[in-house]
Amino acid sequence: MRRWEAIAAIAPHFGDALVVACNGMIGRDLWATGDKPTQFYMIGSMGLASSIGLGLALARPKRRVIVLDGDGNVLMNLGTLANIAAAKPANLYHVILDNGTHASTGDQRTIAPSVPLDEIARAAGYRWVGRDVAEFFASTGPSCLHLKVEPGNQKGVPRVEIEPPAMTERFRAEATK
Amino acid sequence: MTHAHEFVDLLKKRGFNFFTGVPCSLLKGAVSILEKEPPDRYVSAIREDAALGFAAGAWLGGRKPAIFIQNSGLGVSVNALASLHLLYKIPCLIVVSWRGFEGKDAPEHLITGATMTKLLDLLKLPYEVLDPATMAEQVAAVTAHIDHRSPAAIVVKPGILE
Repeated sequence: MRRWEAIAAIAPHFGDALVVACNGMIGRDLWATGDKPTQFYMIGSMGLASSIGLGLALARPKRRVIVLDGDGNVLMNLGTLANIAAAKPANLYHVILDNGTHASTGDQRTIAPSVPLDEIARAAGYRWVGRDVAEFFASTGPSCLHLKVEPGNQKGVPRVEIEPPAMTERFRAEATK
Repeated sequence: MTHAHEFVDLLKKRGFNFFTGVPCSLLKGAVSILEKEPPDRYVSAIREDAALGFAAGAWLGGRKPAIFIQNSGLGVSVNALASLHLLYKIPCLIVVSWRGFEGKDAPEHLITGATMTKLLDLLKLPYEVLDPATMAEQVAAVTAHIDHRSPAAIVVKPGILE
């Protein structure tokens, strides 16, 4: 399965959940799959999607928060897995799309093929870790859906067109409803 | 004498209700008070840019965040500030210690101590150097920046929040 096919397969499960997409191709794939005001696309601050997700999950404990992350992003701030596991937010759902590459800079290798990110999340203390999409969304968080996907990018996938401050406004309005 | 209780009370009165960071001995009085907050209000962060990420998420969820960090942690925070908070207009109060103040400190703090305020200036981050005599006015001043969607900092010299 390709990364964008995986995103298209899990997006119908989002409902009114708050979604934080990491920078790089993952945010662009999500944007191309279909935009919603409940979706926040990081374009910089690599490594911090999961941190934004944890802050949001703690601030809005009755809302489901989904982080769409990549292996490069998770590896950059690997310690955040420990912070999430320690805080144990039941409403936090962490998707790791793992293609073993830095897709947006030219598909250079990451070290993820040698490092089991799912086992790290489990050892850190995530309540649920696995590969089944339906079980993931039915679980009590913090949960980690670790999907190995094939490297490669869609041709002509657009960049996110919303200006960052405008995205902040519309997402915060949704998140604080 | 520590002004930690007074300072934390001032922040709470101004509506700050989400605290995170990585401790510094110069901030230990304030952090030990914040550690008693419920777990959704104080998060001990693994590093400073992660704390900025928690704060950004909390603000998007309606909270008013403040992070407490040592100035050594400003370095790892630069990209988060530049490409998240400043780019997206997400505010955060940064309470940052001034290790290396006036060149009198352990060697690992001297370069950071001498360059910290220049770094804040380069990022165009408004800041106040905390003075116990004018604490209330200074907290009000940085809060005004936060309420206008700009990150802002309070710089803490030795002996004030210990």
